[in-house]
Amino acid sequence: MWAPSATFYTGLSRQRKVKHLARSPGSKAASAPKKGDWPRPHEPERFVASREQLLDMYRQMVLIRRFEERAGQLYGMGQIGGFCHLYIGQEAVVVGMQAELSRGDSIITGYRDHGHMLACGIDAKAVMAELTGRAAGISRGKGGSMHMFSVEHGFYGGHGIVAAQVPLGAGLAFAHKYRNDGHIAVTYFGDGASNQGQVYEAFNMAELWTLPVIFIIENNQYAMGTSVNRASAEDQLYRRGESFRVPGLQVDGMDVLAVRGAAKQAIEWVRGGKGPLLLEMKTYRYRGHSMSDPAKYRSREEVQAMREKSDPIEGLKHEIIEAGHADEAALKAIDREVREVVAEAADFALEAPEPALAELTTDVLLGTY
Amino acid sequence: MPQILLPAMSPTMEEGTLAKWLVAVGDVVKPGDVIAEIETDKATMELEADDGGTVTALLVAAGAEGVKVGTPIIAIAGEDEAEAPAPAAPAATPAPVAAPAPAPAAAPVTTPEAATGPTRRQTVREALRDAMAEEMRADGTVFVMGEEVAEYQGAYKVTQGLLEEFGPARVIDTPITEYGFAGLGTGAAMGGLKPIVEFMTFNFAMQAIDHIINSAAKTLYMSGGQMRCPIVFRGPNGAASRVAAQHSQNFGPWYASVPGLIVIAPYSADDAKGLLKAAIRSPDPVVFLENELLYGQSFDVPDGEHVVPIGKARVVRAGSDVTLVSYSIGVGVALAAADTLAADGISAEVIDLRTLRPLDRASVLASLKKTNRLVVVEEGWPTCSIASEIMAICMEDGFDDLDAPVLRVTNADVPLPYAANLEKAALVKAEDVVSAARAVCYR
Repeated sequence: MWAPSATFYTGLSRQRKVKHLARSPGSKAASAPKKGDWPRPHEPERFVASREQLLDMYRQMVLIRRFEERAGQLYGMGQIGGFCHLYIGQEAVVVGMQAELSRGDSIITGYRDHGHMLACGIDAKAVMAELTGRAAGISRGKGGSMHMFSVEHGFYGGHGIVAAQVPLGAGLAFAHKYRNDGHIAVTYFGDGASNQGQVYEAFNMAELWTLPVIFIIENNQYAMGTSVNRASAEDQLYRRGESFRVPGLQVDGMDVLAVRGAAKQAIEWVRGGKGPLLLEMKTYRYRGHSMSDPAKYRSREEVQAMREKSDPIEGLKHEIIEAGHADEAALKAIDREVREVVAEAADFALEAPEPALAELTTDVLLGTY
Repeated sequence: MPQILLPAMSPTMEEGTLAKWLVAVGDVVKPGDVIAEIETDKATMELEADDGGTVTALLVAAGAEGVKVGTPIIAIAGEDEAEAPAPAAPAATPAPVAAPAPAPAAAPVTTPEAATGPTRRQTVREALRDAMAEEMRADGTVFVMGEEVAEYQGAYKVTQGLLEEFGPARVIDTPITEYGFAGLGTGAAMGGLKPIVEFMTFNFAMQAIDHIINSAAKTLYMSGGQMRCPIVFRGPNGAASRVAAQHSQNFGPWYASVPGLIVIAPYSADDAKGLLKAAIRSPDPVVFLENELLYGQSFDVPDGEHVVPIGKARVVRAGSDVTLVSYSIGVGVALAAADTLAADGISAEVIDLRTLRPLDRASVLASLKKTNRLVVVEEGWPTCSIASEIMAICMEDGFDDLDAPVLRVTNADVPLPYAANLEKAALVKAEDVVSAARAVCYR
């Protein structure tokens, strides 16, 4: 049976063993610091999914993977410009989280945002057309890869400045609490962003004001080219909220069911008015930081080992087949269907016209002065 | 006999109210005893005795208003000099020197477009508070957050009374964490609320400028018009008094260079109120630059609903020989200069820009067409300033109307010094405006 690789974690985090891994209950750190006595959630349990839920998560992860692969190709062809950060390898994080959120909840993330948008249910065509800078893009071609939004889907960007989305996400949570509408905010950021000061300013206010926000660190092990343990004095990032009494959990971000189990519990906690929670998702990106990153800071073998042993899509596929929910042929049919969606999105994005020149000066201000 | 003089209890305090005596003649006080309560422009402060002794006279009555800093208020005889005749020794205890405020005094304002309805006298501070309170009453999504805005009643008392009326859910004290709360406020605006974020001063907003510009100003454009960010960042801007380089800077030109922002910098209380109300109602992000030295100055403010349109300059004083263009505290300097010039037979028109972005080019050009001479007065640095922008506008679109080169009178191009004489030398002055106006009039 497929299982997340323990060597992956210990190899990248100063040989410390990982806590809270739902599927490796025996690997608790021997000398974890004593925890504060403020309330904290239980260890999350791995989600037990129905056939339909499994297939839906599989489909969504494959959609993100194929979409990103196609975006990479279009970048190579010169059809996508500027910076383009692909989500390949990290699909389980956003798919597992989004599966448990409700309509009306708010989502915000950084510049590696294509996957989040697809997981929010935003049309692949509108996202791809934004990447190619066309009028039909979700930001009318004015935002590009890093700056996309869909208020309709509760997706608040798409932010290009590392960690800016963290206080912004706390602000979205503040708005939910102010209106007392029962919704929560989820703010995604990376291991690199977790060293920015504003993250801790946001933690402090979120806990002080009991804001309904889940902070998610997508720890893909590298902040551009700098590995976590070269940049972080405390590289167990789930502990980063402790000084602010924000409890943290570490989650196997390569296992969509572990993510979804943690999501369910975290959402219950936050929606229940217990204040913010921090989830560290241990994950991995297969591609470079952006399309222009040759990724010389890690070995080919390391990447290959991740793909072979911990791939979130392969893992779920294996599990679906093992459990007899579907056979290889049924999953292949999903793959084909997704390929068509992506091909259609790419064609659309290449054929759609560029924005009219008049768009240059629209949307600067809303009011007339 | 040692006397205690009314001390300056804040950098900008020039006078105070002796709210209450806590001692009477004949009382024996010990060092550290509270002897009086003094109301300053910002707060009620307790005055302590530095040395012990017997109170021999209260020199100012309780309730006295407008007591100048440096006025003797109480006489206390030292323990070994009781009943002794008044010594020739210099006054003991907090020998306060009245800080000569370099602030230009409020000049008499002649306002061609003065309101016609009933008005009342209000300070800029009160007008700003009323603007917030009125908009908060009208719209439940408006809230105010910042350092000391709630329980302390505002570091400069601008939010006084708001906590009491609107409660802690809408008047929110933040930790000292500008980057964080500017971001949090911006996120709340994206989420549909209308935050007023107070910076204790705009100097501290430099820690938060990323959110003001990258998160708030650019969002509408980057989202193709989908996502709005209706937020007001407000607080005092520019030089205060003797607080030196890091606390004395005019950020008007910085923010005014950013597309996607509205930038407002009012002078008078009526404009402060009317423009702050307009700012809160605006669907766009607004940087609202106040001035600490103007907070205590009084102006006539129209009664009732009073909203001033954003983006419109105001002719504060009509004239025919030369145009003086300014904004914020510089308007007071320009008006003072205009008085001097009038005595010399030069009629100066004073324009208050009020909004720095979008800038009212038409009003500037219309006045230039009338006077053919123009001087920009700015409490700020000269390089890449609002003055530079006005000069460019005159070159681009007013060249044929110019009878002389446009001049600018600004602060010196140095970090603001602390020493009183150097500070005075660094700040924009009416006499320099007068010289510049004479020069462009060739008189």
